[in-house]
Amino acid sequence: MTNDVKPLLQVRNLRKYFPVRGRLFRTVQAQVKAVDDVSFELMPGQTLGLVGESGCGKSTLGRALLRLHEPTSGEVLFNNEGDMTDVASMDKAELLKQRREMQMIFQDPFASLSPRRTVAQTLLEPLETHGIGTAAEREDKLKELMKTVGLRPQVLHRYPHEFSGGQRQRIGIARALTLNPKFIVADEPVSALDVSVQSQVLNLIKELQEEQGISFLFVSHDLAVIQHVSDVVAVMYLGSIVEMADAGELFANPKHPYTQALLSAIPVPDPKTKSKRIILGGDVPSPMNPPTGCPFHPRCSQATDACRSSEPVQTVVSPPDTTDSAPDAGPHTVSCHLYAP
Amino acid sequence: MSPGVSQTLLSVRDLTVEFATEQGRVRAVDRVSFDVQAGEIVGLVGESGCGKTVTGLSVLGLVPRPPGDIVAGEILFEGKDLLQLDESGMRAVRGGDISMIFQEPMTALNPVFTIGAQMTEVLRLHKQLSRSQARAATIEMLDLVGIPAPAKRIDEYPHQLSGGMRQRVMIAMALSCGPKLLIADEPTTALDVTTQAQVLEQIVKLQSQFDMGVILVTHDLGVVAETCDRALVMYCGEIVESAPVGELFESPAHPYTAGLLSSIPRIREQRLDRLPVIDGVVPDLLHLPPGCRFADRCERANSACRKQRPDLNGESSLVRCFKPLSETKAGGAS
Repeated sequence: MTNDVKPLLQVRNLRKYFPVRGRLFRTVQAQVKAVDDVSFELMPGQTLGLVGESGCGKSTLGRALLRLHEPTSGEVLFNNEGDMTDVASMDKAELLKQRREMQMIFQDPFASLSPRRTVAQTLLEPLETHGIGTAAEREDKLKELMKTVGLRPQVLHRYPHEFSGGQRQRIGIARALTLNPKFIVADEPVSALDVSVQSQVLNLIKELQEEQGISFLFVSHDLAVIQHVSDVVAVMYLGSIVEMADAGELFANPKHPYTQALLSAIPVPDPKTKSKRIILGGDVPSPMNPPTGCPFHPRCSQATDACRSSEPVQTVVSPPDTTDSAPDAGPHTVSCHLYAP
Repeated sequence: MSPGVSQTLLSVRDLTVEFATEQGRVRAVDRVSFDVQAGEIVGLVGESGCGKTVTGLSVLGLVPRPPGDIVAGEILFEGKDLLQLDESGMRAVRGGDISMIFQEPMTALNPVFTIGAQMTEVLRLHKQLSRSQARAATIEMLDLVGIPAPAKRIDEYPHQLSGGMRQRVMIAMALSCGPKLLIADEPTTALDVTTQAQVLEQIVKLQSQFDMGVILVTHDLGVVAETCDRALVMYCGEIVESAPVGELFESPAHPYTAGLLSSIPRIREQRLDRLPVIDGVVPDLLHLPPGCRFADRCERANSACRKQRPDLNGESSLVRCFKPLSETKAGGAS
């Protein structure tokens, strides 16, 4: 990406806190910091892979960008024809218009489609809401969408229960594509699917990236899936992004001890490569009561006193252009005391 | 594992399980035969609906009847047929000589009893231990599976533990009577990768310590590669391939196994532009094709494959295919 291309999305210091209320008077007792001071940029046509374990805040982050969760603070700047407008501070009418540009693919294709509506009814709703096209144009659009996601247009009048999991997920993708968005949040879109179907859906998402130039925020707990679809990868732990880099660079050269452990923990489907595994002790701490200092220090084998007392700052470990794999790669940043300048 | 002295612990012969549904009878497990030796970890892999879980449940007599029905077969555990036992005989086996770990540790544990209460019950029932003996044995067991401060944790309720901890409690409970056979049904599927690594390491360690036979039911071929000695691949209720893990991953003989292996996204140095896929979908168990059940999705299939059902052929490694990928296996190659 050259410097004169503006990012499609610029997220600045985004926070999403959930209040924990007491039983009596519903007073706020504590805050769960699900997303805590997250900033990143996404270029047009780029896919950001967001990876982390359950409860790290990756889904909350995806939803906060679309304001399916109201952000507590921070800015979500979206490039509308060159103007960076803040989605986080829009009123309802503006937001409705903005949603044409930003859509979501959900994890569970069994729960995300209404069982009482045919595929056609589900796909028509966004077009009707936004008053797009005549009846005939809408019908053409629906047929075209079905073709794009690899389903026969004849099945438009069927109900979700008549489809398999993979087919339902294709319908979920078609729904997200109805309004020709520029940006899609895909929240674990393949984790509910079987392996042989998973690869079909992943290939479909790759086609959409390449042919329609859609930018994705691809949320997944599966690093192998993330590597397959992402240009840039961000690793999340307890509400913060702890490491972010170009996909090639991150997988070849992981810096943060958590990223290293995460990579080594994946079971490899090849019995000959017995991986040298870093087994992490303990569990992810509760985001209600995060540890002091670096949130990862209780599980980190390299933790020092500094890690226990002060929060690490984001450090650039290798500037752009030093990786020969991708000349336009962004910087490799990591939040860890080991790499503090 | 020492194959020379190993003896057959479990021998499943032609197990066939059917379920009554509104649309008709469905054969979820179709003439499945396999052996498990003492000290061996056997992986049972396949996609959802292939019958792997029902096979595991059948061994313990846990298939709900009705709608389920074991219509044929034998399950020989140390020579005696478990299918001939009545409910009280079966109850003596369950949790004693054979025990099971379930997928979802939150639903498998009773939320209104402490961990200690649930675990000591097993010991008092099967081993006739006194209350204090059972408690001491439970604390020891919790310590063995790597639960910190077991003497304190024993009085906690399931909701006070994390997912990984709960699964360890399940493992501790399953192992507390020193079973000879452990059936682990997707024991790590509900867990995060870093926790999965901890739990798998624990299972393998305890398996060799107790010299148990283990049936590991999973959809994750990565887990199979890292933990199992032998794997059985299931498709539409049938075993389509059975081989030692090294061989299965090196040279899969059944086109389904090969397709499954190549379609998994895995971390590679050079990422692929597109993942290889297995076209089509798993056939509906109510309308199975007359020939090979994989034929419609198979690139190698010919008209014979569509007409006739292949048998499971071979000696140490078995494959159910007329045109297996590896020529050394099976006699059915044409």
